[in-house]
Amino acid sequence: MLKVAVVRFPGSNCDFDTLRAAEGAGTDAYFVWHRDTHLHGADVVLLPGGFSYGDYLRSGAIARFSPVMQAVLRHASDGGPVLGICNGFQILCEAHLLPGALMRNAGLTFVSKPVDVVVECSGTVFTSGYTAGARLRLPVAHGDGRFVAADDTLRMLEAEGRVVLRYVPAAEGSPLQPNPNGSANHIAGICNAAGTVVGIMPHPERITDPIQGLPDGLEFFTSMAAWQPGSSSTVSMPSR
Amino acid sequence: MSFRVHVRVMPRTGLLDPQGQAVEHALAALGFPEAEGVRVGRAIELEVAAHSRAEAEARVRQMCDKLLANPVTEDYLLQVEEA
Repeated sequence: MLKVAVVRFPGSNCDFDTLRAAEGAGTDAYFVWHRDTHLHGADVVLLPGGFSYGDYLRSGAIARFSPVMQAVLRHASDGGPVLGICNGFQILCEAHLLPGALMRNAGLTFVSKPVDVVVECSGTVFTSGYTAGARLRLPVAHGDGRFVAADDTLRMLEAEGRVVLRYVPAAEGSPLQPNPNGSANHIAGICNAAGTVVGIMPHPERITDPIQGLPDGLEFFTSMAAWQPGSSSTVSMPSR
Repeated sequence: MSFRVHVRVMPRTGLLDPQGQAVEHALAALGFPEAEGVRVGRAIELEVAAHSRAEAEARVRQMCDKLLANPVTEDYLLQVEEA
């Protein structure tokens, strides 16, 4: 059974939802505390949402230097999969496992609502169960979700097909607004070149059970559960 | 020797600074329409033991590059004075 470490920082608050979603997909998921210096044999690492270290200085800036992140950096550099959700995405950017940064929402307010996104890259460990082009409705809940990056970095992400999720306008007549935070190119999630490290602002762990509505987030976890340690993942070009 | 270092971290010019815009709008609403180009950053003060001013500045630059500022989105300025 796939071993999945869910890292808890002081201030993480989506840790139980993330653990439960991973367990529901049939993996052996367990918590790892931020002071731990190893991952107890994890095949996959999940960095959950929340407000690690109170978001002091910048979101993710302090969590990045916690003892457990040294182990996460080694895991990632060995090709181990890592998914950062919301605050986890912010931590991955601060740790330079993903390029760019997440800044204060353009509208300045904390945004908590469902948004529509399109899966542009199904070549990652966490999106292989989706068809590229699939539209999902996922919850977002963040104050610092505006993805920014240097122009050449944005061009590289687009050219290499590394935009995993992108905000899209909802169907006609829907009250949902596209792009809740003003992110560059409407980016909601990106991955590394290998498709093993993924960061997304939406919260798939909050919508994995039919009791929560259409479980559009489920395949992030079933894709992960289907991943075979030792196999490589390749990013496929978007089918737009 | 001990030095007091003032670090000013500002959002990089050209990046959207919604906090600065909001403050500018609030100032205009309060009767200060002449306030323009408002940007909001962060000030950090620290005391550093070092053998020289140059050493103190070099060490604090490392702190900025590593933690205090995000090189993707922010620029910083240092001011070093003897404590």
